[in-house]
Amino acid sequence: MNIIDRRLNPQGKSLANRQRFLRRAKEQVVKAVRDASGKRGIQDIENGEKVTIAAGGVREPSFHRASQGGVRDYVVPGNKEYVEGDTIQRPDGGGGGRGSEGSADGEGEDEFRFVLSRDEFLDIFLEDLELPDLVKQKVKQSESHTLTRAGYSVSGSPANLNLVRTMRNSLSRRIALKRPKRDEIRELEEMLREAEEAGEDATQIQALREQLEHIVLRSRRIPFIDPIDVRYNRFESVPKPIAQAVMFCLMDVSGSMTEHMKDLAKRFFMLLYLFLRRRYRSVDIVFIRHTHEAKEVDEETFFYSTETGGTVVSTALEEMQKVVQERYPDSEWNIYAAQASDGDNMSSDNAKSATLLRDVILPMCQYFAYIEVAAEHNMGLSALGRETELWRTYKQVQSPERPLAMRRVRSRREIFPVFRELFAREKAGA
Amino acid sequence: MTAVITRPEALLYDGVEWDYDKIKRVYDAIEHIALKEMGLDVYPNQIEVITAEQMLDAYSSIGMPLMYKHWSFGKHFARDEMMYRKGYRGLAYEIVINSSPCISYIMEENTMTMQTLVIAHAAFGHNHFFKNNQLFQQWTDAQGILDYLEFAKTYIAHCEERYGHAAVERVLDAAHALMSQGVHKYPKKRSDLRTEQRRERERQEYQDQTFNDLWRTVPKTAAGPRPAKSVSERKKLLGLPEENILYFLEKKAPRLEHWQRELLRIVRHISQYFYPQKQTKVMNEGCATYVHYQIMSRLHETGQISEGAFLEFLHSHTSVVFQPEFDDKRFSGLNPYALGFAMMQDIARIAEKPTDEDRQWFPDLAGRGDGMAAVREAWANFRDESFVLQYLSPHLMRKLKLFSVRDDAEDPYLLVDHIHNERGYRDIRKKLARQYDLGYLEPDIQIVDVDLAGDRKLILQHRVTNGVLLDESDAKAVLRHIANLWGYEVQLIEVSAISEAILKEHAVTAPSGIGVG
Repeated sequence: MNIIDRRLNPQGKSLANRQRFLRRAKEQVVKAVRDASGKRGIQDIENGEKVTIAAGGVREPSFHRASQGGVRDYVVPGNKEYVEGDTIQRPDGGGGGRGSEGSADGEGEDEFRFVLSRDEFLDIFLEDLELPDLVKQKVKQSESHTLTRAGYSVSGSPANLNLVRTMRNSLSRRIALKRPKRDEIRELEEMLREAEEAGEDATQIQALREQLEHIVLRSRRIPFIDPIDVRYNRFESVPKPIAQAVMFCLMDVSGSMTEHMKDLAKRFFMLLYLFLRRRYRSVDIVFIRHTHEAKEVDEETFFYSTETGGTVVSTALEEMQKVVQERYPDSEWNIYAAQASDGDNMSSDNAKSATLLRDVILPMCQYFAYIEVAAEHNMGLSALGRETELWRTYKQVQSPERPLAMRRVRSRREIFPVFRELFAREKAGA
Repeated sequence: MTAVITRPEALLYDGVEWDYDKIKRVYDAIEHIALKEMGLDVYPNQIEVITAEQMLDAYSSIGMPLMYKHWSFGKHFARDEMMYRKGYRGLAYEIVINSSPCISYIMEENTMTMQTLVIAHAAFGHNHFFKNNQLFQQWTDAQGILDYLEFAKTYIAHCEERYGHAAVERVLDAAHALMSQGVHKYPKKRSDLRTEQRRERERQEYQDQTFNDLWRTVPKTAAGPRPAKSVSERKKLLGLPEENILYFLEKKAPRLEHWQRELLRIVRHISQYFYPQKQTKVMNEGCATYVHYQIMSRLHETGQISEGAFLEFLHSHTSVVFQPEFDDKRFSGLNPYALGFAMMQDIARIAEKPTDEDRQWFPDLAGRGDGMAAVREAWANFRDESFVLQYLSPHLMRKLKLFSVRDDAEDPYLLVDHIHNERGYRDIRKKLARQYDLGYLEPDIQIVDVDLAGDRKLILQHRVTNGVLLDESDAKAVLRHIANLWGYEVQLIEVSAISEAILKEHAVTAPSGIGVG
């Protein structure tokens, strides 16, 4: 008997089959994910999702008898009272549950249910979304370079010596120039020694000796490795596209922002974060909250601590500008910003905010999203269509060539649609 | 109780944890009982320890350790995984493969008693059945199957690379739909899977060698149809009627590429390999259950396993052979483990301690002694259908309280036509046997005609028994698959087996451009 422990064998053998299955059921899965994502909160995104798809696309048909009609016989156990010739009320649903017709393969089911992993869910969810200007266009100015293999060269540092190439050159040169092989020399030496021991005649020994001298000389003249054989791996430095992003979360935390509004903002920020994480190798987050003054804080404080004061938006923009200058030079970082606010601002600050946004913030940003959150049941002024201070201010700045997007969100249900709308891949353009 | 039982040093193991030493000890003890006392004859064993995920994986690829890639396996995996994680369904304790060496998978989370049970059940019970049952001997090639699967897997991966996933998937989908129609029911000769790979290469080489581009330039025969051959001549030429649809398509479909034919061949071979298993569910499980029961009892008798371990075994054994009655919520047909195990015990009982009734029903078997030998004989020579027909005794029918029900769609009620009494025994036995007859269970579908010189329409026939037609939407979908392979129109006619009257027709038109490279 052999006993083998297979537990350490590579896992995920079924992965390839799963991918094939998901590809096969793609249309239905995408639809199911869209439906599901409308219903769930963002925190749940961390978990996978149980999706139910119509079985149609993944049906495996076979020739089998219909479950109804005709004459069938069954032999079943457990007779208690029946005698020959008794009749039994037909159970509901035709022949189901009795005999061999009950399908074990799930065929004939209308729906197929399974669980998507978190990654699969996100992949599908974010699939047709695209970040505007995914990679900085200003790569040429970028400082960072990376070395890429670019063929071979005849000069270089010893560490980059390419042994295989070098030896191949050496071998072909030796063959071409007919460099005597070591075996040949040894053979001649042997013959010479035998001839000397056997005391053969001097001329023959002399001839052998000369021949030996000749080939030894030749092998010395044709070196084993010549400088012209040597090859080095050549590297070229190419500018590296920036693969890191920083995300600025700006939020008004003045008294007028309710918990509900903050919750909406948080959901939006999280979505953006998840999205960036899938596109960039590393994503930093900077939280800036503001009342009449702005401060960079950690996440906990950002979402949960309250602050009182007026509302001056420009302070947050200034703070962001400061942080960018200090830590995230825009030549090296992809900068994204999302601002959430209920739309209040001091009237005197509007002009300053607009200028700051237009002249400083937008030029360095890949994308700036402004989310105006409103109370869920607030059917008040903004719902009637009156625009808030900040909305009007930003609207002046907005223009097709500026990466500024603005949306209003009132309830959790709208977060996903709004997010999708903002990042939907342009169908016509790209 | 004898002193032997209480001697703790005689125990093979203690507690629930298993390790390799314990398994080795238990294996040796079981082997001794199985070979020396029960006279079993097995392939060499290979036991592999796997995790739950790997077990799920083996499930979804029809229990084979190597399988080619296909979305349907991913689908089954997704479903099984969800059922398992949600606790709707447990996993089998083992999977065993009909190969030589015989591979049994055991799960790491089993207790030591479960591992003992599984080794007895799979590594000796199933293994003996695989090696000795005439169906398996005749149909399957235990030595060659793993190598063949390896070949199939690489070949299909290679095709995917070369012709694209979609093209391969289309052929495999169609082949899978026809899997049940892909077996030869009457063997010409035993297939030798080991030579398959070589033969594939040879076929390819022969084609390459005999390729002559000049054939392309030979002028087509003058316009006008060639004189039509007579129908019978034509059928004879094509080997019709043919019930192995996959085989026919592989050999005769006019528009398939070489690799597409090879894919059909692979699916056909795998289907053929599983054909005996489908016909011997009751016997195979009955055999394994009987063997593990005997072995575990013997280990307990000789004091090699503890009382606690034996109780644990009895607990899982009884749930395996549990047979709910027809009006029970849990009822889903006859449990093959229950029926198989009960029949094996019954055979041994008849051989050793027959009643007068048994002597009358089984004159050759009753009282011959050596129940084990009688059971071994049954294992070697029968399949479920003939096994039930031969060995189901009135005693067992009474015990299971079997009765037969006739369900005629035209009557408002179901009719109890036989119960377990003198008048009913033979009929119940016959009906139960037929319930296990694949030839009766699976619809009888054959390719009956095709006019290769004319419109190339492929005509299939379903001979309808008892007025039960095919499931229409599925039949249509399978016909679509056949049309994809065949390349031309396909028609399925359902005719009554008795009156030859046409009951229903399905037709699928020619697909647009498949298969032609």
